[in-house]
Amino acid sequence: MNQVSRRRFLKITGAGAGVAAATGTLGSLPIRGASKGTVERGIRTVPTFCDLCFWKCNAIATVKDGVLWKIEGNPDDPLSRGRLCPRGTGGVGAHFDTDRLRAPLLRASVRGEEKWTEVTWDEALSHVALKMRKIEAEHGPEAVALFSHGIGGNFLKHTLKAFGSPNAAAPSFAQCRGPRDVGFELTFGEPIGSPERTDIRNARCLVLVGSHLGENMHNTQVQEFADAVGAGATVIVADPRFSIAASKAKHYLPVKPGTDLALLLAWMNVIVREGLYDREYVAAHGFGFEAFAAEIQPFTPEWAYPETGIEPDVVRETAREMARHRPATLVHPGRHATWYGDDAQRGRAIALLNALLGSWGRKGGFYQQASMNVPAYPYPPYPKPEKGKVDNPDQRFPFASEAITTGIREATLTGKPYPVKGWIVYATNLVQALPNEAETIAAIQALDLLVVVDVVGSEIAGWADVVLPEATYLERYDDLNVELFRDPFVALRQPVVEPTADQKPNWWIARELAVKLGLEAFYPWKTVEEYLDHRLRGAGLSLATLQKKGLVTAPRPPIYYEEGVKPEFSTPSKKIEFYSVQLQEKGFDPVPKFKRPAAGPPGSFRLLFGRSPVHTFSRTQTNPVLAQAMGENEVWVNADSAVRLGVRTGDRVRLRNQDGVVSNPIKVKATQAIRPDCVYMVHGFGHTAKGLRRALGKGASDAALITRYETDPLMGGTGMNVNFVTLEREA
Amino acid sequence: MARLGMVIDTRRCVGCMDCVVACKTENQTPDGMNRDWITYATRGRFPDLSMTIRSERCNHCDNPPCVTCCPTGASHVHEWGGIVLVTKEECIGCKACLASCPYDARYVHPDGYADKCTFCVHRVEKGQDPACVSVCPTHCMHFGDLDLPESGVSRLLASRRHHAVLPEAGTKPRIFYLE
Repeated sequence: MNQVSRRRFLKITGAGAGVAAATGTLGSLPIRGASKGTVERGIRTVPTFCDLCFWKCNAIATVKDGVLWKIEGNPDDPLSRGRLCPRGTGGVGAHFDTDRLRAPLLRASVRGEEKWTEVTWDEALSHVALKMRKIEAEHGPEAVALFSHGIGGNFLKHTLKAFGSPNAAAPSFAQCRGPRDVGFELTFGEPIGSPERTDIRNARCLVLVGSHLGENMHNTQVQEFADAVGAGATVIVADPRFSIAASKAKHYLPVKPGTDLALLLAWMNVIVREGLYDREYVAAHGFGFEAFAAEIQPFTPEWAYPETGIEPDVVRETAREMARHRPATLVHPGRHATWYGDDAQRGRAIALLNALLGSWGRKGGFYQQASMNVPAYPYPPYPKPEKGKVDNPDQRFPFASEAITTGIREATLTGKPYPVKGWIVYATNLVQALPNEAETIAAIQALDLLVVVDVVGSEIAGWADVVLPEATYLERYDDLNVELFRDPFVALRQPVVEPTADQKPNWWIARELAVKLGLEAFYPWKTVEEYLDHRLRGAGLSLATLQKKGLVTAPRPPIYYEEGVKPEFSTPSKKIEFYSVQLQEKGFDPVPKFKRPAAGPPGSFRLLFGRSPVHTFSRTQTNPVLAQAMGENEVWVNADSAVRLGVRTGDRVRLRNQDGVVSNPIKVKATQAIRPDCVYMVHGFGHTAKGLRRALGKGASDAALITRYETDPLMGGTGMNVNFVTLEREA
Repeated sequence: MARLGMVIDTRRCVGCMDCVVACKTENQTPDGMNRDWITYATRGRFPDLSMTIRSERCNHCDNPPCVTCCPTGASHVHEWGGIVLVTKEECIGCKACLASCPYDARYVHPDGYADKCTFCVHRVEKGQDPACVSVCPTHCMHFGDLDLPESGVSRLLASRRHHAVLPEAGTKPRIFYLE
């Protein structure tokens, strides 16, 4: 830590000096990937799996004359079936991105100023280890927490457990799919999982409640959606916005935002009242059906109409349509489900509707996933933490089935139930992923150490004390993907080309950090190849096989009840719980009830956000290929509202939320395709981190406007669709 | 001689732009310039709406004005398949072809020549589909010989209602959209 003489002050990616700035074509980039001193010629292909999102499609990368050229789907892959999504196809841009982090950085000014000193890996990791040991001495090892997203976090999790902390969380639970998984666990005893166990391709009727497949580009889901549409399945879409999916629907229900649960209750009311449910299935597998039927008896389509704005006749017609196609009617559970704070109960209502239709466990509904048996690496036992997990003290959220990111944030802010003084953040931009940026930053200011490991210097990296540049997925090995899916397989991610600068793979970072912490005993393997080969040999395979093929599949086992899967439910009653005693015992509604969400200030619009098919979260906006496909977001405003406000498509406005937070300028998209009581934008834009040069100031950040959130009392999810904005024309 | 064309199923297409991204990586088109693109058209008043999504590119017309107007012969019809191509070494960058194209399918490459979709002739010659077709996750795009009655594209056209873009321009486009 004393090599001041060779340190330089620089911006987060300023170390790019001397590296060709990739203006012009991708093809004009300098040759890389060849071994030093020689120039690689010809074409080679390398199988690996994608990291542009968490779907982990298997891919084949092509390198031409030593330069990464293109990435295509692996035809053997059950997920992609040989066809990647636009993000996966644009994955080449992740390697060429000129905004990539290039060398380890130490903070050289106050937090958030983004001034850095470039250091060696040895200096950076020694610094981190020293700080971690100091935190441990003062507060115990539990005071260091990990936030991580994706399979790349596995090795850092291992190091953290070896260090003695039980605190690791991902925003994918409390900021995304958690509520629906909890809703399904409470009903069927099992979560949906990822990839979702939805048998979309065999559905004869597909119901999407706010789920915008096609814009939400999870590859298998979208492929099967197209298959279902192509095969003439009936699509029913309830959404405040006329989404791409809505444009494929036979029935489009322009539901008032926040009233989906009322619609779901009315559908169930019709199906029960008219005796359209699967009586045999409910009798065989259901628990508490009579009590459930009595509870939903008041929730008629006429009751729901003033809440949802959906005509009672339409509710009846669509309910009958669902019943007509059962059990091949799939009411999709959605994925990003943290909307209003009653989301686990909404997830449960979706589960219950599926239960009435008998679609759980049935073809065209929800199948039983399977995975291959690939044993874990036989590590030594971890030290047992003295303290329990920090995120959910006294089981405040009794049905949280995973760690709650915002619980760790709160503990960091309050010091309760015990202090958290160190965060390691892997591949997740917490500033945009968690609601209420000010709370996140206040928590960061209470830390003794913030380490960010990532490929680009996003907003969270801007607040870090230490930034560790990771090699992209195209330049590294990762842990094996032992997929839980319709068709079981195990897949390998392996390097295609060399990193562009001094970036390192996460396995190396995690291992070296463990060595600096004196935890080398937890890493009996020296190279990741050793680790991977050991695991694969435990499954009767080898690294060499996976290096050649990318993945190995196993025969598909039975996946439906019709095929011999035994109906089993790990709920307290061992049945499908139409009536939930465990919810009742904890003081919650045993059958979901609708509560009208609070309205916004007069003249304001509810702020809704969603996905683009060409970007993932706030992680891909600097990717030069994907930025060309979509370089900024727009705010969708109902065309009639736009006329009233005097704004037109292409005008720039700023959005001001109910707490006075004002967004970056954003272009208006005046359209008939949205209700007049809400506005919509794609998440992930409006970057403020100086390191994200290509994306800086492009579009607006919904996250910055999400100052308020409603916490789900069942599981701690943060409902984020509870913010309201007005539009201010930008001069 | 084959007559190559495309048939695109608008019912399956979700407008995800994978075709656009795949073209960019396959053909390494310059920043900000694309050989294919998506159009979205929403009709009606909320909530009674309909939307048409189309993946568009050079139509490789049977009657290509870009070829007839080219003063140097750089714009030409490929001997096999009838693909409309540009020989960049012969192009003087006069932009007559850009002006003549009703589809706005061409741009001037920074190196000075007119550029556009080639139906990925370098792939087609190897028996592969164009990159946009082979990548499409919704399997909405089909490529083949329109003159061969038993080809996939011919059978699709025979079985489904379809339209081309701007047929009134009289260029006889060879990309068809299933409705």
